[in-house]
Amino acid sequence: MTTDEKTTMSSLPDERRTPLIRRLTGANTLWIGLVLLVLVAAFGAIRPDAVFQVTTLQFLLAETAVLLVLSVGMTFVIITSGIDLSVGSVLVFASVSSALAMNVVSGGDATNAGWGVIGFGLLVALVSGAVWGLLNGLLISRAKIPPLIVTLGSFGAAQGAALLLNNGSNVSGIPDRLNRTFGSGTYFGIPNIVIVAAVVTALGALLLSTTRFGRYTYAVGSNEEAARRVGISVRGHLTKVYLLAGTLAGLAGFMGNAFFRVAVVTGHETDNLNAIAAVVLGGTSIFGGTGSVVGTVFGVFIPAVLEKGLVIIGVREFWQPIAVAIVLVAAVWLDQTRRRARNQR
Amino acid sequence: MSRPLLEARDLTKNYGTVEALRGASFTAYPGEVVSLIGDNGAGKSTLVKCLSGVEQPTSGTLTFDGEPLHLSSPNDARDRGIETVFQDLAVAPDLDPAANMFLGREILKPGVLGFFGVLDKKAMRRQASEHFTRFGATLQSIDVPIAALSGGQRQSVAVARSVAWASKLVFMDEPTAALGVVQRERVLDVIKRVRDEGIAVVLISHNMPEVLSVSDRVEVLRLGRRVARFKASDTSVEELVGAMTGALTQEDADQ
Ligand SMILES: Nc1ncnc2c1ncn2[C@@H]1O[C@H](COP(=O)(O)OP(=O)(O)O)[C@@H](O)[C@H]1O
Ligand SMILES: [Mg+2]
Repeated sequence: MTTDEKTTMSSLPDERRTPLIRRLTGANTLWIGLVLLVLVAAFGAIRPDAVFQVTTLQFLLAETAVLLVLSVGMTFVIITSGIDLSVGSVLVFASVSSALAMNVVSGGDATNAGWGVIGFGLLVALVSGAVWGLLNGLLISRAKIPPLIVTLGSFGAAQGAALLLNNGSNVSGIPDRLNRTFGSGTYFGIPNIVIVAAVVTALGALLLSTTRFGRYTYAVGSNEEAARRVGISVRGHLTKVYLLAGTLAGLAGFMGNAFFRVAVVTGHETDNLNAIAAVVLGGTSIFGGTGSVVGTVFGVFIPAVLEKGLVIIGVREFWQPIAVAIVLVAAVWLDQTRRRARNQR
Repeated sequence: MSRPLLEARDLTKNYGTVEALRGASFTAYPGEVVSLIGDNGAGKSTLVKCLSGVEQPTSGTLTFDGEPLHLSSPNDARDRGIETVFQDLAVAPDLDPAANMFLGREILKPGVLGFFGVLDKKAMRRQASEHFTRFGATLQSIDVPIAALSGGQRQSVAVARSVAWASKLVFMDEPTAALGVVQRERVLDVIKRVRDEGIAVVLISHNMPEVLSVSDRVEVLRLGRRVARFKASDTSVEELVGAMTGALTQEDADQ
């Protein structure tokens, strides 16, 4: 027993809390945020003209928006000490089914379709994402199959199903109106797709940090048996978390349609790994129990900034994955060291 | 004696081929402290899990307050005012003590925010802080993860949590095992205070002087069965150890 344990709480002011600054510096999030800031500042100092150009920033943000939405769902999953390898494939599936559905209700080509069709397309994207998420969730929580295996399965299955839907080709005919407003449209210079991603992220952050749903997410990841013994429905909660991740992947698919004006069936094979990397870079523990959506935002932008920054300052972009890998491994190593130190008490 | 609060009869519990309980019986009367003792592997923790809804016995019957009782989940026990400090504590190490105390019983903000499930963290922290003070859990600060606390502090948090919610019965499975002398005294004090509020306490402990000083009665479990029952005032450490090792048996104890 250490001596400071003799201080009882009654001798302290009511609600004694660790000072804000100590809590912030103790969190991984702050450090990751600093890394991001330093990167931006460094690239900005080398080529201020190129880095702080409006179009550079717009592009960076828009390209990152889709990954951000996937990563918000992934944050919840990883905090429960799970993993979701299927997000990229589910995105493709949702994107293809939504584009096809819009075409079908417009008599074959939805290019000139109105808001009714667009709304229907959004619904189809969300529902198809949700269905895959629900399937993942049920297999993981009811059948007790490890998340890695379940989502490895749906990773392949959703991609295969998406290819089957349109014989392996991309789907065009995305409504112009959708592309103009959400794809290429901006609001005070910010691409609308980014605003959507920001709103989703903000809601996700609030859900995780202020609600009972968020608290149960941490509890299940921290000690599943403890959560069960206080009467939390662990199975139900896990199902909901994977359902959320699937639904967000569906939304991301719809955002992709709006941005690229086509539902593409390739190019999302590594979305899952990028999302996982972003979440872990952002300080969420791969062992579950801790993490934050804010951290994930930083984690999404670090690889993106590295990629753009290296190109702008003339370093070959092949260095980017190497740089990300180093930061990633360092982040996990730090987390592990911290946990080991903590568990030795 | 009055009518038993909780009575378990002939419980068996098999884990595969392991028979953890072989016809165990157990009785707790209202407002008493009863110690459950036995050698390692006697089945004490298994019995506690069966009586708090965490595990379902393979066979046997329970009565609570004179009514037949079936516990299909921990919630069934909690709804009846039964709380448990598990031997493995069952706390979420990444959550702070207040969050752990209110886990599964969160206070929500009033109104619309509450409808959306928004937590009233301030209220929970305040109540937890008062409660920990009252029940002698000494913590430097209330917003660090449980994992950052010492083993003893973690144990006091688990004890404080259980007595916060119990209205009829608390099981404490080796609640003093990791404690220093001062903290141990404090837990024993908590047990007496809970008992004085009319709540029955079932204490599991390997410390015989502790058992004799705090209990009203003692029940002994050996190889998955109850082998002896004593009034704490008429027994001795030698007698208890004799019953635990099988040197001493009581004819009618497993009834
Ligand atoms: N989950 C389990 N699976 C298999 N065997 C178990 C399990 N839990 C307990 N046992 C066995 O049941 C017996 C009783 O264990 P336990 O109730 O923990 O004893 P005690 O708490 O009295 O030391 C032991 O032989 C133990 O190995
Ligand atoms: Mg035990």
